[in-house]
Amino acid sequence: MSDLRKVNIDGQEIEVPADYTVMQACEQAGAEIPRFCYHERLSIAGNCRMCLVEWVGAPKPQASCALQVKDLRPNRDGSPANIRTDSEIVKKAREGVMEFLLINHPLDCPICDQGGECDLQDQAMGYGRDGSRFEENKRAVDDKFMGPLVKTVMTRCIQCTRCVRFITEVAGVEEIGLASRGEDAEITTYLEKSLTSEMSGNVIDLCPVGALTSKPYAFNARPWELEPTETIDVMDAVGSNIRVDSRGGRVLRILPIINDDINEEWISDKTRFVWDGLGRQRLDKPYIRKNGQLVQASWGEALDLAASKLKADPETIAAIAGDLADSEAMKALKDLMDALGVKNMDCRQDGSGLGMGPRQEYLMNTTIAGIEQADALLIVGADVRHEAPLVNTRIRKSWIYSGLEIGMIGEAYDLTYDYDHVGTTPEDLQAFLKSTKGFARKLKSAKNPMILIGTGALARKDGAQILRLCGEIAKKYKMVRKDWNGFNVLQTAASRVAGLDMGFLPAKDGLDLAGILKACKKGTVKTVYSLGADEIDEAGFGDAFVIYQGSHGDRGAHRADIVLPAAAYTEKDALWVNTEGRVQMGRMAVSPKGEAKIDWAIIRALSSKCDRTLPYNNLEELRTKLFADHPTFAGLNVAPGADGASAFDPAKLGKAGKVNKAPLRSQISDFYFTNPVARASAVMAECSAVGDSDMINEAAE
Amino acid sequence: MSTRRLAKEQPKDFKLSKPALKEIEVWAKKYPKDRRRSALIPAMWIAQKDAGGWLPEPALRALGDLLGMAYIRVYEVATFYTMFNLEPVGEHHIQLCGTTPCWLRGAGELKKVCEKKIGPKGSVSADGKLSWIEVECLGACANAPMVQISNAAGDDYYEDLTEENFGTLLDDLSAGRKVQPGPQNERHTSEPEGGADTLNAKGLYNKVKAKKLPNAVAKKAASKKAASKKASKKSVAKKVTAKKTVAKKPGTKKSAAKKPTAKKTATKKKVKS
Amino acid sequence: MVELLQDKDRIFTNLYGLQDWRLEAAKKRGAWLGTKEILEQGRTWIIDNMKASGLRGRGGAGFPTGLKWSFMPQEVTNRPHYLVVNADESEPGTCKDREMLRHDPHLLLEGCLVASFAMQAHACYIYVRGEYIQERNRLQAAIDEAYKAGLVGKNACGSGWDFDIYMHHGAGAYICGEETALLESLEGKKGQPRLKPPFPANSGLYGCPTTVNNVESIAVVPTILRRGADWFKSFGRENNAGTKVYCISGHVNKPCNVEEALSIPMKTLIEEYAGGVRGGWDNLKCVIPGGSSVPLLPREICDTVLMDFDALREVQSGLGTAGMIVMDNSTDVVAAIARLSYFYKHESCGQCTPCREGTGWMWRVMERMVRGEADTSEIDMLLNVTKQVEGHTICALGDAAAWPIQGLIRHFRHEIEDRIDNYRAGKPVFVSSNIAAE
Repeated sequence: MSDLRKVNIDGQEIEVPADYTVMQACEQAGAEIPRFCYHERLSIAGNCRMCLVEWVGAPKPQASCALQVKDLRPNRDGSPANIRTDSEIVKKAREGVMEFLLINHPLDCPICDQGGECDLQDQAMGYGRDGSRFEENKRAVDDKFMGPLVKTVMTRCIQCTRCVRFITEVAGVEEIGLASRGEDAEITTYLEKSLTSEMSGNVIDLCPVGALTSKPYAFNARPWELEPTETIDVMDAVGSNIRVDSRGGRVLRILPIINDDINEEWISDKTRFVWDGLGRQRLDKPYIRKNGQLVQASWGEALDLAASKLKADPETIAAIAGDLADSEAMKALKDLMDALGVKNMDCRQDGSGLGMGPRQEYLMNTTIAGIEQADALLIVGADVRHEAPLVNTRIRKSWIYSGLEIGMIGEAYDLTYDYDHVGTTPEDLQAFLKSTKGFARKLKSAKNPMILIGTGALARKDGAQILRLCGEIAKKYKMVRKDWNGFNVLQTAASRVAGLDMGFLPAKDGLDLAGILKACKKGTVKTVYSLGADEIDEAGFGDAFVIYQGSHGDRGAHRADIVLPAAAYTEKDALWVNTEGRVQMGRMAVSPKGEAKIDWAIIRALSSKCDRTLPYNNLEELRTKLFADHPTFAGLNVAPGADGASAFDPAKLGKAGKVNKAPLRSQISDFYFTNPVARASAVMAECSAVGDSDMINEAAE
Repeated sequence: MSTRRLAKEQPKDFKLSKPALKEIEVWAKKYPKDRRRSALIPAMWIAQKDAGGWLPEPALRALGDLLGMAYIRVYEVATFYTMFNLEPVGEHHIQLCGTTPCWLRGAGELKKVCEKKIGPKGSVSADGKLSWIEVECLGACANAPMVQISNAAGDDYYEDLTEENFGTLLDDLSAGRKVQPGPQNERHTSEPEGGADTLNAKGLYNKVKAKKLPNAVAKKAASKKAASKKASKKSVAKKVTAKKTVAKKPGTKKSAAKKPTAKKTATKKKVKS
Repeated sequence: MVELLQDKDRIFTNLYGLQDWRLEAAKKRGAWLGTKEILEQGRTWIIDNMKASGLRGRGGAGFPTGLKWSFMPQEVTNRPHYLVVNADESEPGTCKDREMLRHDPHLLLEGCLVASFAMQAHACYIYVRGEYIQERNRLQAAIDEAYKAGLVGKNACGSGWDFDIYMHHGAGAYICGEETALLESLEGKKGQPRLKPPFPANSGLYGCPTTVNNVESIAVVPTILRRGADWFKSFGRENNAGTKVYCISGHVNKPCNVEEALSIPMKTLIEEYAGGVRGGWDNLKCVIPGGSSVPLLPREICDTVLMDFDALREVQSGLGTAGMIVMDNSTDVVAAIARLSYFYKHESCGQCTPCREGTGWMWRVMERMVRGEADTSEIDMLLNVTKQVEGHTICALGDAAAWPIQGLIRHFRHEIEDRIDNYRAGKPVFVSSNIAAE
């Protein structure tokens, strides 16, 4: 940090890095700079002109967002350049720009969803004049169709082009543009087609005015009526930090919270718009199947029946944890099963064999932010864009700004960046291990190489062998060293890492998922406790008695013999462990629906009915036990990264052996339908339909 | 200018003709390999000519595919540049300059002629022969007022117009008679009417002979020989390996760059003597 | 009595196209004569001589050409250097580059080679405005001739310098005359000006070091070097050196283009070459001296003002492109400026706020002023809006839109006030005096 420069801001001399913008320098000096087009995570456009400051001696005011401190010449006497943010020139400039922005703005704040959280409103108050001198007719702009998520009121648009830059730079799909020119310039998609990006909703947050607002949220609430709760998203294993806004027990919208280690400032459309699914298809009462029909029951009846089933021979009982199960619930269920002597347990609903090696075996060790340090990346069988959109944007960022080289073995997906498509099958993986050309050469010359393995490549019969091959590749290319761990498994289920961390796995001689399902069919497993295991085919359970605990009337509940209604992820305080192994705390935004109860409490109640009362009376006690049994859970908000990398030998993972010829591909077939909450959401259904219809259109063309 | 949008009625299909594609490729080769999209504007112009004077929507997609660009980027360009006609035009498309220099010399009258003979601004005549729009300064102000007329034969300026000669011009075009581009009076180009008093000096167009380069190195003979030797050496070397010459260039440049100092002192001496 | 420029000192001897434009004829007139010898003097010599000649850019801003060239990096790295010639002549009142393109293209091509060599550029693009279609064809034909004759291409003129030259064109956007908008356009995008810094000499075409020069600035280079910096400097006043092609349009008896020395009195120029003002000098109302972007000058100033950078700046106007728009007393000057306001509204790229919103606002107010449907207090309001646009935009189009209005209010405020009064009194707002314009 030797390249520091002095600059005088409003009479205060400060020293800042030379590559700082004047805006950043002003902020460091405590001077607030209004802005519309500038956004720190997008390229600099410099077009709104709101951030003008005075550079004493320069003929005209300067856009502080675009001017770097190193470009400021010192004064003639050699003293640091003087920047003024509080002079009459600056005040006039701001008033002028503000007036221009407002002359054609409809000022329809009372009917605008942005009202109350609108940059234009706020800055007009702070920096504008009190009246308008504009006597002409205002310009009207036709609204544009952008799909089911983004509502447009284009007359409000101030042409800042944040949305254009986001979609192009971050989302990586060039679908929004500024067409026409001059005062007729208008933001649009090509022929008003729907946005196809899974990240499109972020343009709503970015829009500084009410031009792009949330369609599903339209006219639902005013921001000041909402109760915000900071919590963790569970739509994938990224653990995006979110703010859940609710009113009167209903979740009305979900927004991202900045976390530079994880989701930066973005969330996927599924994370953002799934909230209507929290109000549909909900299980709000216990049910018991009688004569083939699910019939409402009381908690007492349901728990009694469940307890009676669980008191049977533990060999005939199994437990499966689904993708949205929280850590506390899994801990309670595992403790109960242990107490009952049940050995048949699995949290790997997708059937993968992970969890047998060290913790590094199933984590994204490089970490999400670590991707920015990588210079070569081999993706194995992952549709990263749809398995973890925010990991994908990070890869794209590194590809754009630091020249990350990317190779892919597996089905070719459109990931919004270029990659060398090295092969598609496990055999190609074998061949790659021996190769010295093409992408292998790039990987070899990389300083910080990494491999990213999709769960689709591991949750298959030859998964252990593929894991071994990947480990050997990691070893060969020196991806793991003391200060760098380039071996990564990209988890897709929010619950998975926590489940693996606490060993929600078959005990010695116990059955794994495949074994359990086989035994169900054979009739040797007679009772299955399903903790939200909604991704398993209904027929898979054979004639077993299924106790289903979950929040939505999805596949699992349909097959259930007892339904224990539980809380959705927004309705409980819970710990989540993301794909990096980062433990994060989710918080309750609203209460569980109807008679539904918080998951761990249901299991605790059941434990006493089973005469195996679990040794915790509240969440604190449960967590204390969890931390004691599994210390990794105690390290909140930290990803292990390269910790322990020197002792980690990736080449020992999995098993050596033959692989089959089936292409490596993602487990996700429809991004918008990956879990029960999403499947309950009408908005997600609409999004999914957009994708389909676009495909039909393309096929027709 | 009002908001520019694609025409409501669009052909179902449009394919660029082979000659058009060939021409576009010629353009694309003018730019570095990874900069094919530089050819977009010329390519779009070719496509417009190919489609009969306007840009149908499928042509935009064809251009995007051809140059590897997102459709929205092509659309931005098509709506930004006003020479791209997004609606069909007449057989002869008249672009009448209405900016102040032409306006001062009667563009307003010409507009009335268009309105009378074709229809309101932006319209196509009933027979499809003529269409007209008002455009901004076409850069022929010394020959104002003027119009540009685009048709299958090309795009020409018609200058020094009057209400009368412009009316006749439009009639001739409608009737398919041959018309003469350029000034519609006696002028040749932008010389003053009646002929210029300049550029007519006796002997002005005698062959110009090579002279000593002013300020050049004084001891020309010696240094020039050296320079030409170098040059000839280089050209010999070039015949053997063309690429090597390129690599050598910086060296020759440096030696050339050194010369002026020597030369300056030389000239000074000369002045003194 | 002012001494007029002699034909022997005119650079553009085929300005009117009365001679053949082709290579052989151009050579006879002096083009491509000793180009190799010029290159052999080396790039420092070329740049030093260009600096010594005092040539200031002919595209409007008047930045010293030699100095601009010297901003290019001394060493060529992995980013190639480019010369881009701005032939996007679109400034209302300006029609000089067109004549060079179609009548003296070889002077331009030779200049491109010399300038590119001096800046270590192996490639040059000439960006011709889209509407100049015949000129484009002519230029391309000249380029083909030059390639065939070995004047450009590999080992251009036998100099050992490989040099490629390409014609590129736009499609109707005044803003592409702004150098960074031109580069954007050349890259196949909308012509939206870039933020500066970085300046093109650091990061221009394709992010590579680039210099953008006007056609005239480049086309005069070989002649300056052939005849010497001193020769060029002998015309015009100090700091305003050389000859310049003037375009005289509007209410003169014989509108024309003409090459004359800088610093010639405006009155002499109009009277000697353009047949004088229609109805005589006394019938002159005002002149826009340097293309539509500069403020107009009323007759009192025109009586004595010299046509050069400094003299016109002193009277709060500018030489710009030297495209003179002459208006006689019959002119509705408010409407004439309103039409320019429409032009700027039409040509604003829409990127930055003050220009996008301000040009439309100013034009609409101007239209009301033309009709007198305004309040006299709105004149100051309008003036204030122009100041709110001026100096607050990314490029100079905002300034260009503001200045004509400022000039109008500065010199003809009374006319606007009169028509507001007339409108209120129910009288005709404007009665043309003297000879009718139309």
